Amino acid sequence: MAIPISLTVNGTKHEHEVEPRLLLVHFLRDVLRLTGTHVGCDTSSCGSCTVVVNGNAVKSCTMLAVQADGAEITTVEGLATDGELDPIQAGFKEKHGLQCGFCTPGMIMTAWQILERNPNPTDDEIRHGLEGNYCRCTGYDNIVKSIRHAADNR
Amino acid sequence: MANLIGQSIKRVEDKRFLTGKGKYVDDMVLPNMTWAVMVRADVAHANINSINTEEVSQAPGVVAVFTGADMQADGINGVPCGWQVDFKNGDTMKEPSHPSLAVDKVRYVGDAVAVVIAETREQAADAAELLAVDYEELPAVVDATKATQDGAPQLFDDIPNNVSFDWELGDKAAADAGIENAAHVTTIQFRNQRLICNAIEPRAAIGDYDDSREHYTLYTTSQNPHVIRLLMCAFVMGIPEHKVRIVSPDVGGGFGSKIPHYAEEVIVTWASRRIGRPVKWTAQRSESFVSDTHGRDHTTKAEMGFDKDGKIMALRVKTHANMGAYLSTFGPCVPTYLHGTLLQGLYTTPAIHVDMTAVFTNTVPVDALRGAGRPEATYLLERLLDKAALELGEDPAELRRKSLIPPFDGSEAEPGYETQVALVYDSGNYEAALDKALALVDYPALRKQQQEARQQGRHIGIGLSTFIEACGIAPSAVVGSLGARAGLFESASVRVQPTGKVSVFVGSHSHGQGHDTTFAQLVGDQLGIPMDDIEIIHGDTDKVPFGMGTYGSRSLAVGGVAITKSVDKIKEKGALIAAHLLEASAEDLEYAEGKWTVQGTDKSIGFADVALTAYVPHNYPEGLEPGLEFSSFYDPVNFTFPFGAHIAVVEVDTETGVVKLVRYGACDDFGNVVNPMIVEGQVHGGVTHGIGQALLEGAIYDDDGQLVNGSFMDYAMPRADDLPRFETDRTVTPCPHNPLGAKGAGEAGTIAATPAVVNAVIDALWPLGVRHLEMPLTPQRVWQAIQSANGN
Repeated sequence: MAIPISLTVNGTKHEHEVEPRLLLVHFLRDVLRLTGTHVGCDTSSCGSCTVVVNGNAVKSCTMLAVQADGAEITTVEGLATDGELDPIQAGFKEKHGLQCGFCTPGMIMTAWQILERNPNPTDDEIRHGLEGNYCRCTGYDNIVKSIRHAADNR
Repeated sequence: MANLIGQSIKRVEDKRFLTGKGKYVDDMVLPNMTWAVMVRADVAHANINSINTEEVSQAPGVVAVFTGADMQADGINGVPCGWQVDFKNGDTMKEPSHPSLAVDKVRYVGDAVAVVIAETREQAADAAELLAVDYEELPAVVDATKATQDGAPQLFDDIPNNVSFDWELGDKAAADAGIENAAHVTTIQFRNQRLICNAIEPRAAIGDYDDSREHYTLYTTSQNPHVIRLLMCAFVMGIPEHKVRIVSPDVGGGFGSKIPHYAEEVIVTWASRRIGRPVKWTAQRSESFVSDTHGRDHTTKAEMGFDKDGKIMALRVKTHANMGAYLSTFGPCVPTYLHGTLLQGLYTTPAIHVDMTAVFTNTVPVDALRGAGRPEATYLLERLLDKAALELGEDPAELRRKSLIPPFDGSEAEPGYETQVALVYDSGNYEAALDKALALVDYPALRKQQQEARQQGRHIGIGLSTFIEACGIAPSAVVGSLGARAGLFESASVRVQPTGKVSVFVGSHSHGQGHDTTFAQLVGDQLGIPMDDIEIIHGDTDKVPFGMGTYGSRSLAVGGVAITKSVDKIKEKGALIAAHLLEASAEDLEYAEGKWTVQGTDKSIGFADVALTAYVPHNYPEGLEPGLEFSSFYDPVNFTFPFGAHIAVVEVDTETGVVKLVRYGACDDFGNVVNPMIVEGQVHGGVTHGIGQALLEGAIYDDDGQLVNGSFMDYAMPRADDLPRFETDRTVTPCPHNPLGAKGAGEAGTIAATPAVVNAVIDALWPLGVRHLEMPLTPQRVWQAIQSANGN
């Protein structure tokens, strides 16, 4: 049984019929082929799949595509404009906030949420905001600095 | 451009990752592709009576179901082990074949018994639920020491007491005598617990067989695609190497778990031929927990003897290494040549003996995990030293200082340091690194703060560790004599395009290390051309001539030298062309800033002009081949030996047992460094991994062989709010035996951090009577230790 959904992703409207059990992350990756959003676990623990849904950072493995009917979604592909990195992306590059890059899209979308809630967070507040995202490469220190840098340049 | 080496240049690979354009295996979709789901054993030890595939075959969308019998009938062998260690008595190690799909018996939870291939991932997953396997369950054993006892469950009929091999290194008589005659002996008995790498990208593989060319392509999340090709072609499938292409595109972290050759790589490659369509498999995280190789899992007793002045006299180590149910690709070398050989540490210990028994159990096979063997060696050494200092009432830094190896630069005047355990250290200035680490955190002030805190009833601990590691893996002849079934050189090819742009094909593989940047810096510096003119290509066996891959902190110290050799050849041939064009003798030319100049004149010609001439050889030296491209292989003459000293500061809440890591300082020596920013990032990540082992991580098996904490909800790893800001510094003692002077940086943090943190916690709790803690130092364990020290 396929269910019709209509949603906007990175400013583009999409209409599809999806299986009710299809996760939002698989809709983004497999149907829209936006593969910047990654799957790192099956327990909503790692945050690699984080996207912004109606202004909130959401782990897209924890949401069904049908629940996103009518939603406005931003993925990591939707941040840069005309090839220019947005301040969060630029912060990660400037402060070496990524290594293998796999957790990075989720980190960036979570950082977006952190800064939307508090444009000038302390390092402790940044660390608390990142608590739902695993990174195995960086030790987080440079991610904190990256978000700090983004906060100062946003 | 010259002077690129030593600059913290921002990474050129970042843009694709930051914009979601990275290309990982799971991002790929091939035309007509099918999806594979592995059916895995949910029991740890059982005979397979039968597998009924009938219902699965008829499920919607199912294309094929295969079992071990199908692969066996096609002549597919098990995945091989790449390292042979012989028993003490000279017998060859016991090396049972590990079938890609189990045939008669399963030996661990997660062992694959069948593959279900369907049109969609969901259909494959649904159908896999229908597979009926009739198991006759057998008793399981998960602990290495228990597995060696008489009467323990036997994994293999012909392997008594489950012993794969035993092994020793060093002088037993001397070590026994040294312990016997010591003024003080410190003893520790502990478990270096089993860890799971957990790279955030789960493993994935796509097999794609092209019938018209009888050609296979395998896309796989590997740290070393050429090694996989060699093993899969020559030992498993018996297919010709020139008909196989292996691509490892962007790979989301490895940490050792993406070194081994895995069954799934064989299964999708073989199945693609069988069904005539591409076959894709991507691990679910819960599947990764029971199918990625695990790390560590040593059960150890170690004794260190000191003379009356506190100088180390002897070290004696007995370890049981849990190998899991089968020998993984590099499994046997981890507890032996990457562990026993590092027991000298930074110390002059005159007598060392290590005795090791490698044991099969009903658990996932064990292989490298960041540091691989070296963390286990360093942990026991540094725990012994800190414990001895506390027992003797000495300052742990000063106790270490008494036994530090004096400085040497590896020159003829100050040759390498020959250890008691088969290695020759390349160069070192160990006390300088210790002093710098102590200064970094203002150690005397810290001790004062600790005293003040104690008076206020707060429990602050300061933990030290020094470390040395054998990196730049490895001289082929040496490792060959130690059991490696491969060479461990590296290869690189430099192709100068006609316009003077440069493509560099490297056998090293980047899965976070930043090679696109570091190697471009290297080549840009050496050729005096902008980094923008250089592209680094890796991870494709059809593009890169050969390569042994990335692990053991080897990419710069071995791969970087292979690149340098090719660049040198480019410059040599370029000089011949330049000399011809400048009507001068090649010996009179010097190369700098991207051009050849006749010495003492202003006559010069640029790199791009020479490149163009090489491809448009109208006015060209007689007899010289056109083109400007060279490949090189570099086989190092020795390992490299990075070293350093790390210091952790913790505060323990004795009411709850919660450990808070307050500060972390690291002084490392990696020899010469190309990109300090990237190197510092490696230290941060490594340290975090080591802290994870100390405080949070550990695979838990129950007695039935079930992995109890097989998910990210149950297996704890460091998160951002578990960690402090890292304070780092470096000393620079160049490696004397490679032209870059580089030693390698990937694993250091992991090696040093674990003992530093555990030492800090014990230091905090020593006055309360706590003498020992098993890792990870969970609040429960810490609290219980405090309670039992109090006599509760």
